[in-house]
Amino acid sequence: MTQATSHSSWLARLSGGQAKQKLLAFASLIALIAVFTALKPDAFMTQDNIIGILQSTTVIGVLAIASTFIIITSGIDLSVGVLMTFCAVMAGVFMVNLGMPMPLGIVCALGMGALSGCISGLAITKLKVPPFIATLGMMMLLKGASLIITHTRPIYFNDVDGFDQIALGSLIGDVIPSLPIPNGVLIMFVVAAVCAVVLNKTVLGRYTFALGSNEEAVRLSGVNVDRWKVIIYAFSGGLCGIAGLLIASRLNSAQPALGQGYELDAIAAVVIGGTSLSGGVGTITGTIIGAFIMSVLINGLRILSVAQEWQMVLTGLIIILAVYTDNLRRSKP
Amino acid sequence: MTPLVSVHKLRKSFPGVRALDGARFDLMPGEVHALMGENGAGKSTLMKILAGVYRKDSGEVLLDGQPVEIESPAHAQALAIGIVHQELHLMNHLTAAQNIFLGREPRKAAGLLLDEDQLNRHAQALFDRLNLVLEPTTTIGALTVARQQMVEIAKALSFKSRVLIMDEPTAALNNAEIDELFRIIRQLKSEGVGIVYISHKMDEIQRIADRITVMRDGSTIATVPAATPMSDVIAMMVGRKLEQTDKAIPDTSGNEVLLDVRGLNRGRAIRDVSFSVRRGEILGFAGLMGAGRTEVARAVFGADPIDAGEVRVRGKPIRLTSPQDAVHAGIGYLSEDRKHFGLATGMDVESNITLPSLKRWLQWGLFLNRPAIHAVSQQMVEKLRIKTPSLTQTAKLLSGGNQQKVVIAKWLVQDCEVLIFDEPTRGIDVGAKSEIYKLLNALAAQGRAIVVISSELPEVLLLSHRIVVMCEGRITGEVRGDLATQESLMALATQRD
Repeated sequence: MTQATSHSSWLARLSGGQAKQKLLAFASLIALIAVFTALKPDAFMTQDNIIGILQSTTVIGVLAIASTFIIITSGIDLSVGVLMTFCAVMAGVFMVNLGMPMPLGIVCALGMGALSGCISGLAITKLKVPPFIATLGMMMLLKGASLIITHTRPIYFNDVDGFDQIALGSLIGDVIPSLPIPNGVLIMFVVAAVCAVVLNKTVLGRYTFALGSNEEAVRLSGVNVDRWKVIIYAFSGGLCGIAGLLIASRLNSAQPALGQGYELDAIAAVVIGGTSLSGGVGTITGTIIGAFIMSVLINGLRILSVAQEWQMVLTGLIIILAVYTDNLRRSKP
Repeated sequence: MTPLVSVHKLRKSFPGVRALDGARFDLMPGEVHALMGENGAGKSTLMKILAGVYRKDSGEVLLDGQPVEIESPAHAQALAIGIVHQELHLMNHLTAAQNIFLGREPRKAAGLLLDEDQLNRHAQALFDRLNLVLEPTTTIGALTVARQQMVEIAKALSFKSRVLIMDEPTAALNNAEIDELFRIIRQLKSEGVGIVYISHKMDEIQRIADRITVMRDGSTIATVPAATPMSDVIAMMVGRKLEQTDKAIPDTSGNEVLLDVRGLNRGRAIRDVSFSVRRGEILGFAGLMGAGRTEVARAVFGADPIDAGEVRVRGKPIRLTSPQDAVHAGIGYLSEDRKHFGLATGMDVESNITLPSLKRWLQWGLFLNRPAIHAVSQQMVEKLRIKTPSLTQTAKLLSGGNQQKVVIAKWLVQDCEVLIFDEPTRGIDVGAKSEIYKLLNALAAQGRAIVVISSELPEVLLLSHRIVVMCEGRITGEVRGDLATQESLMALATQRD
């Protein structure tokens, strides 16, 4: 009896659960790559281009991971893109303007991310402002703050030794010279792995799913809902800080006007990856695949010399199509 | 013996409502104490104060003779007070074990990681104690409502509760499941757990309870032994004697067939279902939970797609693609889950009443005609005796019975000739129930065709002129309302393949 039940639940998990969605998303990614390879074999499947795709996915990938946590709680965070920029700017303030050593500057910049997330969380829980509005407000506020702090001029990290190596150096390339994968890519995958553990194996992850599933039930279970929500938003804010460091390192500067619009790309990646906007369902693997689908698509269309405005049209269509196929799968038991 | 819990002169007000006005109550160890009263009598409020969901305004709560101030659900749990709420409070995406131990997850690796194995072992131990065959790793969303209820009970027990509050625990259970629940209750009783049992079902209370406390308008009327005749208890609850609705089945055999359903099929949920209802007739649908009655209703209403079948209204076939088609053809459906499907709970009474028929209340086809909306809503409120302070009261603030009447009103305004009632009295108290019954009879007498789906056999027997019984998606029999008995219906309801 027990044997049969566990067998069937294993089957159910495989066929009805998230595995199928991941498989579907992964298959779409492979299909995309296959199509582009077939159309432009000499331009698409080159080492330079593949590293380019990996590199261009890092920032959106990390932001999408940050958004995954929020979206699983059935919330939304519109401030992730601008928060990333704010953290980059603050990294500049700490390391360039205040001359902090790099490790301390990094920690402080990440701290600013967590603090901003904490403020969004407090606005949502204590002031009862809906997440959409609270983070919309934070988005405008942080964008303004970045421009004020920098006097609308970029901060350059030329004097911070090794700062550009955070994203652009290659630890892997040092060991295996034929595989010059940039550190930024490595960092994204490490963040993904750690966050997958956090989401699936820790209390924070458990409450993330629980809140998105039925918040009232969590409250009635005696869990301090407000506190955990603030913690989740702060955690997600800290992840935005990592994205901020990655982009600042790659550009070797903090560009205060950058960032707006990134949140929508991040949300798109999350949704393509099978995380439900109504909460309670989602995976980090799915999100990473979603982020890669977006960047492979953009890269491939660019290689095919599709005009940028048509790239946007196609990306939009792909997002709608991805969620539509997901709905089809869900409605069939 | 000191009571486990005793409550004195408890008062609690919400904006505009005095929910508790001097309630008294006590619970002994090893006792099943039934709490009865009409909806709005204050039972749930009283229990929510004990469970830490609400804070009392004044009065005293004693636990083992010591005064306590219960501050939060977590505090109540720490005091060994567990509650199974009327509405299930589970997280559908988590497993049974994860649900039960939410907020108390066992950890490993210096508290950093969750110890899923230990979690599942704890849950398994709980299920074993309850003699429940259930895999701890099953996702809650995949369980039947009855099994979810069992998980809720296991969760309440997992706090080593000495006081267990059950608010309408059998609302969604069939007879076999109720027996199972009662077995568990008796076991807990023998372990010295005090159980507060809130229910509207008289027969259950006589089976399981030791004492009954009756509440009315926020006050305690009396505490009596469970052997007290039920007519007396009801009289205390409503403050007046209820007359039994007389049953005389009118002859409708010559009337026009309003709804005719032929060969309805949808997967395994609906298998070759055919039936018809005539003008002035009340057709009952009996069966266990999951027999497919709601599925049939939703299919006829166009809410779910079907594989095959035909629905005719007044002889004309209707396309079954959306509820819009059904409403247009004059079919109204009152869902079993009012809050989710039947009522826009955040909107006010008049907006709800005029929602399906909104097109008729427009000026120049564009602007809402408020006076006309007021007038028709007022007329309905009076006709159905909906108790509401005003037409602009938010629907969710009404009691269950009055919410149900609002849903009925909206289909009456729309002039639906075929009305399908799915569990029309679920969660409604006796007083309101008999009013709903009278209303259904009156609607049939006016020449409408009524379909009533109910899991309570006495209700089906009381109301129906004709009864169709379903089991596992098929119709297993049809009986005349005055010839049917609970036993004959039950035999048909369990007639599996």
